[in-house]
Amino acid sequence: MVGSASLLGLDPISIGNLMWAPLLIILMKVVVVFGVGLVATMLMVWFERKAIAGMNNRIGPNKAGPWGLLQTLADGTKLFFKEDLLPERADRFVFRLAPFLAFVPAFLVWSIIPLGGDFSNGKDGLVTWFGHTTRVQLADPPVGILLLLALSSIAVYGIMLAGWSSGSKYPLLGSVRASAQMVSYEAALGLSVATVILLAGTLSTSGIVGNQGNFVNWHVISTGVIPFVIFMIAATAEMNRPPFDLVEAEQELVGGFNTEYSGIRFGLFFLAEFMNTITMSGIIVTLFFGGPQGLFDIPGIPGAWEGTLWLIAKIVVFLYIYVWMRATLPRFRYDQLMNLGWKILIPASLGWFMLMAVLRLARDEDWNRGIVIAACIVVLLLCVGILSLANRVSKANREREGAMF
Amino acid sequence: MTSGQNIFKTNEGAQEMRARSEISAKEILREVGSVLRMSEAEVANLGQSSGDSDEDQTMIINMGPQHPSTHGVLRLMLELQGETVLRCKPIIGYLHTGMEKTGEELTYMQGGTNVTRMDYLSPLNNELVFSMAVEKLLGIENDIPERAVWMRMLLSELNRMSSHLLFLATNGMDLGAVSMMLYGWREREEVLRFFQKVTGLRMNHNFIRPGGVAADLPAGWRSDVLEILEMLPGRLAEYDILMTDQPIWRERLQGVGVITADEALALGTSGPILRSTGVAWDLRRDQPYLHYEKMEFDVIVGSYGDAFDRYAIRINEIRESMRIVYQILDNMPQGDYRIQNKKVTPPPRARINESMEALIHHFKIFTEGFKVPEGEVYVAIESPRGEIGCYIVSDGGPKPYRIHMRAPSFVNIQALPHMMRGGLVADAVAVISSIDPVLGEVDR
Repeated sequence: MVGSASLLGLDPISIGNLMWAPLLIILMKVVVVFGVGLVATMLMVWFERKAIAGMNNRIGPNKAGPWGLLQTLADGTKLFFKEDLLPERADRFVFRLAPFLAFVPAFLVWSIIPLGGDFSNGKDGLVTWFGHTTRVQLADPPVGILLLLALSSIAVYGIMLAGWSSGSKYPLLGSVRASAQMVSYEAALGLSVATVILLAGTLSTSGIVGNQGNFVNWHVISTGVIPFVIFMIAATAEMNRPPFDLVEAEQELVGGFNTEYSGIRFGLFFLAEFMNTITMSGIIVTLFFGGPQGLFDIPGIPGAWEGTLWLIAKIVVFLYIYVWMRATLPRFRYDQLMNLGWKILIPASLGWFMLMAVLRLARDEDWNRGIVIAACIVVLLLCVGILSLANRVSKANREREGAMF
Repeated sequence: MTSGQNIFKTNEGAQEMRARSEISAKEILREVGSVLRMSEAEVANLGQSSGDSDEDQTMIINMGPQHPSTHGVLRLMLELQGETVLRCKPIIGYLHTGMEKTGEELTYMQGGTNVTRMDYLSPLNNELVFSMAVEKLLGIENDIPERAVWMRMLLSELNRMSSHLLFLATNGMDLGAVSMMLYGWREREEVLRFFQKVTGLRMNHNFIRPGGVAADLPAGWRSDVLEILEMLPGRLAEYDILMTDQPIWRERLQGVGVITADEALALGTSGPILRSTGVAWDLRRDQPYLHYEKMEFDVIVGSYGDAFDRYAIRINEIRESMRIVYQILDNMPQGDYRIQNKKVTPPPRARINESMEALIHHFKIFTEGFKVPEGEVYVAIESPRGEIGCYIVSDGGPKPYRIHMRAPSFVNIQALPHMMRGGLVADAVAVISSIDPVLGEVDR
């Protein structure tokens, strides 16, 4: 029973005889995660508009509710009642399906993020509510972080199909960009996650958080910063945030894949984008910054809640960084994006992964540390050399063939 | 009833661009090589490419007239292969309001209100060139009071600054640096605030008029100008941090939309587009007007002819304009601000109560306008966008027989197809932005 339960990723609470109380707790968790997700997205939209307004010397939304907090609610209500246009040349079924393909995965990622729990002093994050032991996260499947990769792959379909099914040229360009961009950055994303998994020795998100006991064990430090930087860049590209927002690129493609969408269907894309920003920040915190693990004890707050506070604080930092990038950076061009992804990020993350694997093996087998490091440096330099040579040759070939017109 | 017969359908078909597989090599030649001298080999290449069946995979896409980054209502037809722009055809006329024709119905007195609306981002330069043309026809171009001349220079240079600041704003926005849009507008607003103080309006001033300017500078103008001049260097340094030194920014602009000096000259471009190719052609120095020959300033030139050069030229021209304005502040004389020629300038209000002649002059000027001797004239000055020229033919009456503006944006847009060929869609946006066209001036 225990074996199949852990295989299915069930909560410890649902092992054994199911009673009313556990069912209610699970139901409550679902409702809370869903509600918090929606409210957080609403606040994120407000936060982004307000923060960018501040950076631009503007005021930002300030009319709906105190400090304009309800602006998103007002916008959402408006979108609900707007006419839902369906272009004549659109593929009717796919056009209607696409927003949900983008929206649902964005929500589902929430379920695997540890939202709290007491991980201090090597505890495993289990909490006891009403006499039942459980985790402060909706699901803790053993495939854990792979679920994230799978869900973000599905989200690509949402955006790609939206552009394709619109039956219009600008969305088509946007969706072609989307599929190329997201597929190529997924590789870098996965490879940088692999380094974390290598260190944590588990795929489960609670296991990964549990492995980052104190500050020096946070994966951002123990994996040597590089995977974090790569993950951060790849994640930005994966969710189409500036400076990688080529998929929507207002100044180039009008609205990109969502040009033909209106009303609540557009609203769903919009919601998904901001939801993705929050969930990706949550994933970054979980993978690299110890999730709910705190730097110090906040006095007067019980352990499980303290974790939640720390998580929120860390997520807000990353949200601010994303907003900041949006306000500051110009957009990449399509070919530059591809070059960055394939020629820099993927080789770098792959090389770093190999390096970490070798170092770990060397530690386990007690090899001579100096020789191992020297050998690693030599091999890595060799790889960089070969790679840049290949790049130079292919560039020369392209120039010899000339422009394509 | 009869008017229906006079309406003809316009020929939209002539504006269409078809995929290259559907047209002959001759037509392609006309589109891509008509203006330029091409070598035999290049022509042969073009002739071959049209017959190639691989080239069928192209898409004709309309960029504009409603598009976020076509700066108004410019329409481009692009032939794309994937994301690569093969050909581009600018289509204009969506903002055509017949302003040159309207100019024939307005007196020389009223003409300023008309021309100021053409290039609405540098209205004072339009008024200046129009006024200078009228004055040349009247033969009073050397009698303009000194203070008016210096005031014209001050306003012209400040206008150059405000126009280039708006370029920096839109260029930033077109490349995705959205905050830059607000920053550029913020600084431009400071300059416009000064204009409002001087002329009463932020745009479309009708302040520089034949015979001088409409009013004297207001009290405290010097400290206002100094405030702007002291604010700008810090802000320009911020732009350098935000854009010039920003690696993504450089990647996006360097080597994009390249045009050679030969091409630029053959296409008749002027202003920053011509200067970006290394041709140091600036009417302020090469055909000095007003008192520019007394000014000390540098003509900024680029060396690669790409979008980054055009950006860098404009940001540095703001600095040069500031240098000029400092010199103007040192030299601004006292005196009258308009010519005391009762045929051209209306008499002061107080004189009308006392003098019969003053009343008659006043009445004649505002009903009939002043008569201008027969003849034709062309005057050109350096606007922020290049050589703006005003050509006026007079038949001796109070209204021009024909008025034509040589609009720099109109000519510069010709360079678009040459700059865009082989770039990506994202480059197309950068190239349009770097030309900085004002469609009000293109269509007139």
